[in-house]
Amino acid sequence: MRQGFLLSVRGLRTRFHTYDGVVTAVDRVSLDVYRGETLGVVGESGCGKSVTALSILRLLRSPPAEIEGIIRFEGTNLLDLSRDEIRRVRGNAISMIFQEPMTSLNPVLTVGEQISEAIKLHQGVTRQEALRRAVEMLEMVQIPAPDARAQEYPHKLSGGMRQRAMIAMALSCHPQLLLADEPTTALDVTIQAQIVDLMQRLKEEFETSIVLITHNLGLIAEMAKRVVVMYTGQVVEEAPVEDLFREPLHPYTRGLLGSIPWIGRKLETGRRQLQEIPGIVPSLLEMPDGCRFHPRCNQAMDICRKEEPPLIEPNDRRKVLCWLWA
Amino acid sequence: MNEAIQTPVNRVQARLADSQLRRNWAKLKRNKAAVFGGVLILIYVFTALLAPVIFPRSPSAPDLDRSLEGPSLKHPLGTDELGRSILGRIIHGSRVSLLIAIGVVSVGLLVGVPLGLVSGYYGGKVDFGIQRVTDTMLAFPGFLLALALVAVLGVGLKNTVISVGISMVPLYIRLVRGCALSVKEQVYVEAAKAVGTRDVAILLRHILPNVMVPITVQTSLGMGTAILFAAGLGFLGLGVQPPTPEWGAMLGSGRAYLFNAPHVATFPGIAIFLAVLGFNLSGDGLRDVLDPRFKL
Repeated sequence: MRQGFLLSVRGLRTRFHTYDGVVTAVDRVSLDVYRGETLGVVGESGCGKSVTALSILRLLRSPPAEIEGIIRFEGTNLLDLSRDEIRRVRGNAISMIFQEPMTSLNPVLTVGEQISEAIKLHQGVTRQEALRRAVEMLEMVQIPAPDARAQEYPHKLSGGMRQRAMIAMALSCHPQLLLADEPTTALDVTIQAQIVDLMQRLKEEFETSIVLITHNLGLIAEMAKRVVVMYTGQVVEEAPVEDLFREPLHPYTRGLLGSIPWIGRKLETGRRQLQEIPGIVPSLLEMPDGCRFHPRCNQAMDICRKEEPPLIEPNDRRKVLCWLWA
Repeated sequence: MNEAIQTPVNRVQARLADSQLRRNWAKLKRNKAAVFGGVLILIYVFTALLAPVIFPRSPSAPDLDRSLEGPSLKHPLGTDELGRSILGRIIHGSRVSLLIAIGVVSVGLLVGVPLGLVSGYYGGKVDFGIQRVTDTMLAFPGFLLALALVAVLGVGLKNTVISVGISMVPLYIRLVRGCALSVKEQVYVEAAKAVGTRDVAILLRHILPNVMVPITVQTSLGMGTAILFAAGLGFLGLGVQPPTPEWGAMLGSGRAYLFNAPHVATFPGIAIFLAVLGFNLSGDGLRDVLDPRFKL
């Protein structure tokens, strides 16, 4: 393992035992996050992006969830920690922001109380001191009149404000790693831009690494340095962001990129129409044999239908899970 | 400069918070049945608190010369078989029934709410265990369960409170568990876990406050039920023992004279009816105001 990794996930497999059978939501996922880096994780709904993040913090209830593999953070495997030890990591060294700012704050607690909760917990300061720092954090995420806002209940805050408050809460203990699960999806476009700016600025200020989970490729292009593309619980491609956009290797990634509208630019195919990826995501209970993408792939070969593709490394910065490059 | 901006902001917000309360209060006031229930409860509570002032004589001292007299100026509601003023006994009996109601609901809350929270939040084996016990208790009609417990524990005020209280525990467990199940799936609970909040703190700070509305409503309705159950036990002679004035026991002893002195049983019956009605009406009203979606 190379130096400089903050987080290194190897062979992560998360399964859920359901009445219909065992669902493998995350299948042998490996990814690395360097210090101070933003790693983008993209993929469509249900591909295991969020479950990966929840698995890292062990926020899934088990049973039904069952997590295997190695999640090495600062040299320790998070999966080996006791419940108490992992609780001390949460919100302290690793925090998370969620997709739904409207529901991620408790309606019966004031904003200040909720932000100070993490501070009180991990820094062992008094209630007053924690509240004071919470106000500081609110100021840092550019909420006007932070003193007054801290005493308010969440229903008085707009969606953008709540997401700022959530970011304040997540960063209140200056974590080394921030798992951002679709942080801007529920917000309208102008607010999205503000939140992105804010996250960029705070990332530099606190030297936090970010795992940015999204299906918004524009956001990835803006924020991430490297990208991991996920499909049906597997990592199908990993690349630096410029390489990925310039030359996507996996047919799925090409499909994803082809389905984004670009203003004033002809698509590669020369058509002006938007491309789509044919077919639908297969059910996690009934995975196709061979490569999981083959039923939807326009370059599928015989071998794709029979055997699972190996992970190919065309160069030392890229990886792709596809027979085309074998 | 900050101060200058914040002070008016704070004032506006205080007014907004106020207006929320005021709106609820206004809604409650518009609900005539709830207001009537509230008035009944107020009369009941004041009677209980001021009983020695309103009726200073002993409610238990017999006056056999005046037994089974009808309503008169001296005894507005007549006398019972021992010549004791029924009005006086109802007034002093209100203290007993209020005490029982508060005691019963406290037992229900103190045992039922924590078990319900734990059962709903942790799920799994803990939930299974608690729920099977709850199922078993719910299989008995509530009153029968209380009766069986009295048979085990014996009669008296304390045992009445304990047995009626325990018979109400499963209702609270079910109610709180159901609410905890839905609240624990909220993103804010996940977010609290994601910052490392302990389970106990999540239960007390995040889940409990969010289930307070149904608990409040159930508590109000539960007071009525408690009075009724305690009176039922008293009626059967298994509740509070004589000579303590207790409405159910008064009703029970008046039953023997139903044909020649009907007032002996009637007035305690009306007292029970009004007290229970008060709690039920105001409980329904509270439910409609606090959460229109929540129906028991």
